[in-house]
Amino acid sequence: MSRERIAPHPPALAHQFDDLAQQHDVATLGIWVFLATEILFFGGLFVTYLVYRRWYPEAFVAGSRALLVWAGTTNTAVLITSSLTMALGVQAAQTGQRRRLMLFLALTMALGCVFLGIKGFEYYTEYLEHHVPGLAFQFDAGQWGHAQLFFSLYFLMTGLHALHIIIGLGVLAVMLWWSYRGVITREYSNPIEVTGLYWHFIDIVWIFLFPLLYLVGRHVHG
Amino acid sequence: MWSGTPLFPESASTMSGRVDNLFFFLLAVAAFFSLLIAGLIVVYAVKYRRRAPDSVGTVVHGGTLIEIVWVVVPALVALVIFVWGASVFVAMSRPPDETLNVYVVGKQWMWKFQHLDGQREINELHVPVNRAVKLIMTSEDVIHDFFVPAFRVKADVIPGRYTTLWFQGTKPGRYRLECSQYCGTRHSGMTGEVVVMAPADYQTWLSGGSEGSLASGGEKLFADLACNTCHRPDAQGRGPVLVGLFGKTVFTETGARVTVDEAYVRESILHPSAKIAAGYQPIMPAFQGLVSEEQLLELIEYVKSLRGQPEVPTARPALAGPAPGEAPAVKK
Amino acid sequence: MPSPALLPPHHYLNDGYGIRSWLLTRDHKRIALLYLAAITVFFFIGGAFAVVIRLELATPIGDLVSDETYNKLFTMHGVMMVFFFLIPSIPATLGNFLIPMMIGAKDLAFPKLNLASWYIYVLGGLFTLYALIAGGVDTGWTFYTPFSTVSSTTNVIPTALGIFITGFSSILTGLNFIVTIHRMRAPGMTWFRMPLFLWSMYATSVIFVLGTPVLAITMLLVAAERLFHFGFFDPALGGDPVLFQHLFWFYSHPAVYIMVLPAMGVVSEIMAAFCRKPVFGYSAVAFSSVAIGVLGFLVWGHHLFVAGESVYAALTFSALSYLVAIPSGVKVFNWTATMYKGSIAWDTPMLYAMGFIGLFTIGGLTGLFLAAVGLDIHVHDTYFIIAHFHYIMVGGALMGYLGGLHYWWPKISGRLYNEFLAKLSAGIIFLGFNLTFFPQFILGYLGMPRRYHSYPPEFQMLNVLSSAGASILGIGYLIPMAYLMWSLRYGRVAGSNPWGAVGLEWTTTSPPPTENFAVPPVVTCDAYQYDAPVEPHVA
Repeated sequence: MSRERIAPHPPALAHQFDDLAQQHDVATLGIWVFLATEILFFGGLFVTYLVYRRWYPEAFVAGSRALLVWAGTTNTAVLITSSLTMALGVQAAQTGQRRRLMLFLALTMALGCVFLGIKGFEYYTEYLEHHVPGLAFQFDAGQWGHAQLFFSLYFLMTGLHALHIIIGLGVLAVMLWWSYRGVITREYSNPIEVTGLYWHFIDIVWIFLFPLLYLVGRHVHG
Repeated sequence: MWSGTPLFPESASTMSGRVDNLFFFLLAVAAFFSLLIAGLIVVYAVKYRRRAPDSVGTVVHGGTLIEIVWVVVPALVALVIFVWGASVFVAMSRPPDETLNVYVVGKQWMWKFQHLDGQREINELHVPVNRAVKLIMTSEDVIHDFFVPAFRVKADVIPGRYTTLWFQGTKPGRYRLECSQYCGTRHSGMTGEVVVMAPADYQTWLSGGSEGSLASGGEKLFADLACNTCHRPDAQGRGPVLVGLFGKTVFTETGARVTVDEAYVRESILHPSAKIAAGYQPIMPAFQGLVSEEQLLELIEYVKSLRGQPEVPTARPALAGPAPGEAPAVKK
Repeated sequence: MPSPALLPPHHYLNDGYGIRSWLLTRDHKRIALLYLAAITVFFFIGGAFAVVIRLELATPIGDLVSDETYNKLFTMHGVMMVFFFLIPSIPATLGNFLIPMMIGAKDLAFPKLNLASWYIYVLGGLFTLYALIAGGVDTGWTFYTPFSTVSSTTNVIPTALGIFITGFSSILTGLNFIVTIHRMRAPGMTWFRMPLFLWSMYATSVIFVLGTPVLAITMLLVAAERLFHFGFFDPALGGDPVLFQHLFWFYSHPAVYIMVLPAMGVVSEIMAAFCRKPVFGYSAVAFSSVAIGVLGFLVWGHHLFVAGESVYAALTFSALSYLVAIPSGVKVFNWTATMYKGSIAWDTPMLYAMGFIGLFTIGGLTGLFLAAVGLDIHVHDTYFIIAHFHYIMVGGALMGYLGGLHYWWPKISGRLYNEFLAKLSAGIIFLGFNLTFFPQFILGYLGMPRRYHSYPPEFQMLNVLSSAGASILGIGYLIPMAYLMWSLRYGRVAGSNPWGAVGLEWTTTSPPPTENFAVPPVVTCDAYQYDAPVEPHVA
């Protein structure tokens, strides 16, 4: 590990580190460890999902059919695109292109907002159809109790995911502000990379959620 | 106070001795290793006590060999214990073929027992000595646990499903029964007794009367709840024929096979749409909330009792399931 | 070396005064003390509940408190002790204080995150204290469903949320430690030159980050189920109450290794220092920490032997449970071998370490009883289990914590405590502990279930012995509070290395300066090299 000190001491270097390279390494390792904890966190919900899908396949098919698959599909496209803009933003940061960075950060945030908007619309629709457990839940097709399990998982998993998007938007806003103020430079682009990793992770979680929730049994006709 | 203090529970079942033997072996192993380690620590602490303020220890080079030894030796001991414990457990998990069955319903905070002949007991279970007894248990509310220390047996009693436990009492007596899964306010009070009786005494107790067997109660319920309008014995009804059905394998609409056991019958009454028998419409009403756990047991026993009657040829072969080797019948 | 007359002029304790300098500190050493204060408060609250429990159990009938109150007492005792004392204890206090020092760094990787972790911990604790004041919770610390989600009428949601929040404190602490140990070791300190405490802390941190999130989601599911009746664990809605047990124990079993691994690390350090030689079988002890951390994730099903899991599952978990016992045995053998031909001082930390080995061995061996499925059926959910885990948690982890506190107290505070009182307390604790918990093994095999506050009269003698022991144990815990606090002001100045131990933390002043090392150290040899002449031990 390089022990050369960059002189003068750059303001971005925290006191516990020897140099920016170590700080960069530490931050990157930190975000990867954090993402591992997130996998385990969502993992508990995925395990619950797998158990109940195995127990009540028809209820899950029925529940999944009641979701707005066009909304889910659009949102998938939106989120994947936002990962693209995020990656382009990271590249812009690493090459010191401040304006490009700000543009892509803003685009990523905008796409995140679109995602939340569509999600909110879906929740509203489901509320009107009485598909929200705990709020006068009603679901026909003879699968009453067990369909409630599907919808409970749907709201919990997508809700937690949406919460992570909101937090991500907050982080992106801070990054946008830092880019505007010139805190992010070619040497100190690490915060954008860390944000990017977090954002890509949220995208990947959605890529699992989408088929498991929206596409259950869609290949079966009738 | 001292004289009445027991230090070891009494043994009153065929499994008690096996469990106790395993326990004593483990006690010996534990005593050996504890005394060995404690002894060595004390001896070393005294023998190698620091004499001069600046003295240091002598580095003794270890090596892979000794590490392997104290991995392998404990592993072998552990293997022995594992196999022994597993064999005891498997014996506990496999009731003998011939058992006297009793249904148990646990609820906050009491035990309800239903004998097949119709006797009902609360917090007290009478059984004959030297006969294997199998308990089929469920809970009405939260998880409880059926525990008789003298028999060394225990099993959780879970709402929504049946769990089983078996024992064979070896000497007449009264043995404490306890709930050993925390279940709320009166958990400490959810106790009772298992009364093991000599054969003659048990016969006397049996003839003490009952309100009719579980199966006969179930037959009455079957009519009262109008089950018989769809489940006719002659395949003309809208529901599957139940005669000779218990214990068989059937196919559902989705092609899954299920065994018609207590759990399946229970589910079919409470949530009939969970599994639709192949070839039938999902029109049976759900009885969730309309029948109690005891009534479910009566209905189950009634369906079981239809087992002995000759099978009526059905117009829908898909219901009975194929014989081994046959291909599954074509679905509707 | 004669005791220096004065403390060093500049150190982390006098580097800024006032409440802001403490509540907004980023110094890992100050944060360690913030944790120390908080966990001590929770320890005594949880301990107070234990006192009432043992008082109640001195008589066979439930005559001291009502059923409801008793159920709340054992629940809150468990919640406080497990989540708010044992889990953070060594990692958040000794771990926070020592990890940067032992690796030769100025601080942890993320100091601000470290402070945030403390605030998160306190916030979670406040939620739980609120639940306590609002009337308590009576589900047992294990929150089994459907009782906790459907039947209990007490403050389940605030308690579940309190645990959920505090869990993030653990996760972030673990994250901080992993990154620090990976990336901030001083030049020359390879993995196999690290003190064994760091190996234990590393394994503990892996469990923190991988296990705690599952607890978090499980607590969230319980709260959500109570609020919205989702039905995950409610059979009436098609849910499976046993699924909760799987999710809960997937974390809570590794959690017991969170509680004991750090204590094992402390014992390794104390053994080396008070035998004045390297720990025998360094690599074996280091690898055993990792093995415990990994295997600990594979055995959760042994809590469900009677819960209706299949025979195959039960046998698999039984076999794996035996496997995880082996590395613990390896440590015990290696520590004992360390004492052979050591130069052994009988100071208080060493007494606690020896006590740990003895009591942890007994507790661990009773684990072999429990892993034997056929035997576990009989003793599951009885006092045998209670005795088993208290031997490990109290006889093991807590004694390790006290040993570590006494060992590093001179470094942390710059002062020495009264050795006579310290030895006396260690003896009282050892005696009181065994009197409290050994009779419980007998009670358990006799069939006394746990969480009962009434029992057959013939069990009274054993319960009275246990309660007597508990009162002795309580006194044993109070005395150190007194003399440690006293030493802060009046204790003899310790000097940088009162024990004559080897380790980077002993090369600094006591207390250390804020930045730990004036000149970053360079490491050129393995840990525990006592060949060189050492400072004479201050008698």
